[in-house]
This record gives sequence, structure tokens and C-alpha cells, in this order.
Amino acid sequence: MIGSHYPILQVVIPLIAAPLCSLLPKNKLPWLFATLVSWITFAVSIVLLVQVRNHGVLSYELGSWPAPWGIQYYIDTIGAFVLVLVSSIASITLLAARELVESEIAKEKHALFYTAFLLCLTGLLGIVATGDAFNVFVFLEISSLSSYALIAMGDNRKALTASYEYLIMGTIGATFILIGIGLLYMQTGTLNMLDLKQRIHEVDSFRSVHAAFAFFTVGICLKLALFPLHHWLPNAYAYAPSVVSIFLAATATKVALYLLYRVFYTIFGFEFSFDTLHLGYILLPLSIIAVIISALTAIFQPDVKRLLAYSSLGQISYMTMGIALETKAGLIASIIHLFNHAFIKGALFMCMACLLSRMHSTALVGLAGAGRRMPWTCAAFVVAGLALIGVPLTSGFISKWYLVVAILEKDWWWLAIIVLITSLLSVVYIWRVIEQMYFREANGKYSNAKEASPVLLVCTWLLVLATIYFGIDNSYPVGMAVEAAEALLK
Amino acid sequence: MDYLVSHYSYWVSILLMMAGLYIVIDHTNLLKKLVGLNIFQTSVFILFISMGKVDGGTAPILEQDYSVFSNPLPHVLILTAIVVSVATTAVGLALVVNINRQYDSIDEQEIEKIELEEE
Repeated sequence: MIGSHYPILQVVIPLIAAPLCSLLPKNKLPWLFATLVSWITFAVSIVLLVQVRNHGVLSYELGSWPAPWGIQYYIDTIGAFVLVLVSSIASITLLAARELVESEIAKEKHALFYTAFLLCLTGLLGIVATGDAFNVFVFLEISSLSSYALIAMGDNRKALTASYEYLIMGTIGATFILIGIGLLYMQTGTLNMLDLKQRIHEVDSFRSVHAAFAFFTVGICLKLALFPLHHWLPNAYAYAPSVVSIFLAATATKVALYLLYRVFYTIFGFEFSFDTLHLGYILLPLSIIAVIISALTAIFQPDVKRLLAYSSLGQISYMTMGIALETKAGLIASIIHLFNHAFIKGALFMCMACLLSRMHSTALVGLAGAGRRMPWTCAAFVVAGLALIGVPLTSGFISKWYLVVAILEKDWWWLAIIVLITSLLSVVYIWRVIEQMYFREANGKYSNAKEASPVLLVCTWLLVLATIYFGIDNSYPVGMAVEAAEALLK
Repeated sequence: MDYLVSHYSYWVSILLMMAGLYIVIDHTNLLKKLVGLNIFQTSVFILFISMGKVDGGTAPILEQDYSVFSNPLPHVLILTAIVVSVATTAVGLALVVNINRQYDSIDEQEIEKIELEEE
């Protein structure tokens, strides 16, 4: 009986848990409760993935109202994939969160912090699970509002201005998506994604549908932080509390990318998006500019979290570059990099959280000599950094391989050279951090820092080992990516 | 001319949308930016609701005497969107209060100058 309700449970469990979490007393209980809820959510997402692989697409009608009049939850391979990704990152992050939250956030705010975290998780899972266009907007705003509150809890006062800028730009982006939904509703009379997919064929010569396409593009690219709509991301990721940086860097932009797949492949369809309206002509130049500029900017950053944030901008642009290739191989490369980069960036930001907890600084010069004091943490950073560059035996290599093969299939050797050059540039900024950690003498008052706590180390190495594992045996992610790409392009 | 008159609700909506966006971009006062954001969101509400009205339709309450009703769905969507807008304004205002407490200013350029001097 309960087996048929898993799609809605995926979203409802963290949603109900969030206000309950705010009522809990202010010791370890909010953290414990939030962590348990995230593990239950992870279990539900695994069940959904198994169900989708066995039975095909899952569709669930809320309140038993038949689609397209009722809200329908629609989970296919790519959806189940992203659900597992988001809930697994949330589970590992929350496991490590207790110590990090206690050291960075005032005690009165702990219960509210975990409440906002669960709401953010709800929003992100809801965006992926739903099959109704307006429902996407609602969950998008739920996740965005809770992100603004979470980022503003950073202890640097710049976190407030970073959160404010993210609020202004994020709300404009989400409102653009709302305008797009409204224009589509005006032309087709439906909000259900599958119904829209069928009805858009009849009306796709109308200018309101073209305008809706434009509004969706700008809104989603703003959430995706594609150049030139990226300015909110570096500050937001750098000044947020460590837990928030880890979680948002690994999941928020990936869910925005999932939304891009949903809107442009499922709702509008491949022919309309890429042949009629030439989305590839917009995504490709912006992605190329983004990868080059973000790599160059990252090299000169004095703060490592900001460096990793700029690196995220480049990596996301690799994913949009894969889409802009307009081939199935490009889409597969994009989905594989979505999966791999979440773990790589999660691992890197988790290393920064460990370093911050002992060295009390994320500035590049503040990490001097960390290699000797905190060997395990720095080793994790090295491995994750190698994965970011794309060294063989790590998952980063797999994604870069698929991307370059997809590019070469189109005979665009100039683009393959750009990808390789920017990978070399990422060697430069990763090397800058490694040089500080291993080749400089520790100075300052934290020069006798100890190793990070075991819980943090275990969580960091869980993520790092995931990148190594998926670098060696990539059959599962690649198989799912191929299945997902085929379903999206149908 | 007829195009302008018959579609006047959409013209109003676009005008407010552009005015709201311009206010967000142009003003450096953080509170005024939030007001501009609100105007921008209100224009979207007008866009949705004006498209819900059916010509000659009455209120969407089932009655024997009437056969044409206006569409209630946009109203439902906009109620949700208004709640989202109120929540966004609340979070934005809370941020501005805290920014004022930390920086003693709510002017974007002054704050940027303070942050640059800090580095």
C-alpha cells in the first residue's frame, strides 16, 4: 500500500520534518533528527531508483485527481538519478554537520538552521520529482528562500550582502520562469509537463511560445549561474557556513541543470529547442567564455572557497557545453559530469570545512603548512583536486573523456583544445593550494593545529572514495546516463 | 491602435515589469531594490490574472443561470505566487535590517566601499 506512494513521500517527509525540527530543544536533537530524516529520504530515493529501473517511468497523481487537471509527479531515469544524488549528498553533509554547525553558528539558531536545511532539501527534491510546471516554480522558490536564509548565517558580515545579491538575482530568475510558465499556459491551457509536450507542437509558431522559451532560458541560466548571470555564485558559496557551501555547491546548480533538461528536452522538445530556436548557439559561446574566464579568475583568488566557487562556474559550463553540442553523446557527457562533479565539489568543500575547523582560515596563505599538521585532510584535497583536473582513475577523467569524445565526434577539434587548455588551467589553481599546504612552513597561532575530527574525515573520505570508485568502475553512472539521455531525447 | 486598446492589460503588465526591473538595476538603496522587485512580481500577477478573464464570463462559481465562467486556475496560481513574493520580501527585509546593523548603511555603493577597504 505504501509502496505506491513513494514519489510523494520523497518530498513530504523532509517537508513535514522541517517545522518539527524547529520545535526541538536546543541540544543535539535537531541535528540528530535532521540526519535521520535525510537518511530516510535517501532510502526512499534508492527505492524510487530501483522502481524506475524495473518498471519504467513512475507517475503519481496527487489526491487521485487525474492528470492533466491534477498535479502529477513524474519520475523517470534522470529524475531518479538526481534524486539519489541530492539525498545522498544531504545525508553525508548532515552526518558531518554537527561539529561544523556548533563551531560556526550561534547556539540559539541551530534548530532553525536544520529547519532551513530540510526545507532546502525539500525544495530541491520537489523540483526533481514533480511533473507539473507550476509545482516546479513553487519548489524552486522554497529551495531558494531557504538558501538565502542559510547563506546569510555565515559568520563573516559579507555573507549578508552575498545572500542579498543572491536573493535579488534568484527572485528575478524564478519570476522569469513564472512568466514563461504563464505564457505557455496562455497558449496551451495546461500546466502538466507531459501534456505541454504534446500541445506545444500545435502552437509552436506563436510568438508567445517563443517568448516563453526566452524567459525560461534566462531564468534557468540565472539559477545555473551560466555566464553572464553568474555574479551571485562566488560570494554566496565563499561566505556561507561550511555545511551550506558543501550542500549548495554539490546540489543546487545540478538541480537547475536537471530543470534545463526537463524544460528544453521534455516540454519544448529537442527539435524545437535546438533546430528551430537554436539554443545551442546561445549556450555554446557562453559556456566557452565561462570555462576560460572562470579558470583564469580562480587562479588569482586569495581565498580557497572563492577559488572553488569560480571553479564550479567552469565545471557547470562543461555541462552546458555538452548540451550545446546537440548530440546524444554530448547529453550523456553532460549528465555524467553532473553526477561526478557533485561528489568532487562536495569532497573539496568538505576538505575546506575540515581545514577551517582546525586552521580557522580559508585564505590561501592561512593554509600554509597544513599538509604536515592535517595529513589526511590534505590528502583528500589532493585526490579530489586530481579528480577536478581529470586525471585518469578518478571520476573527473571519465566525464572529461566523454565530453572530449562527444566534441571530437562533431569534428570540433578547436573546442577539444579549449577543454584541454582549461583543464591545464585548473591544474594551476589546484597546485597553488597544494603548494601552500605541503611546501610552505606553518606560521601564525594555529601552526600546531591537529588533524580534523574523525567524523569529518570519514565523511570527506566517503566522498573522495566515491570519486575514485566511479573513476574505476563507471558502468553504473554511465549506464544510467545513457538510459536518461535516450529517454530525454525521445 | 486597436491592438493597443484591446490588449491594454498586457501593456500595463509589461510597463510595470520594465519599471520594476529598472528600479532594481538603477537604485543603490537596498530597500528601494526590494520595492522594485515587488513591483516586478506584481506585474507578473497582473499578467496571469488578466489572462484568466473569459469574455462575457462570470465569477467561477457554479450557478444554473450562467454558462460561461472565468478561469479560476490563474487566481489559484497567483495566490501561491503572492505568498512566495511576501516570503521573499520578508527574507529580503530581514537581510537589509541585519546589513544595516553590520555596515551602518543600506546604500549598495557605500557598502561596497566599506568591503573593499576591509580587504
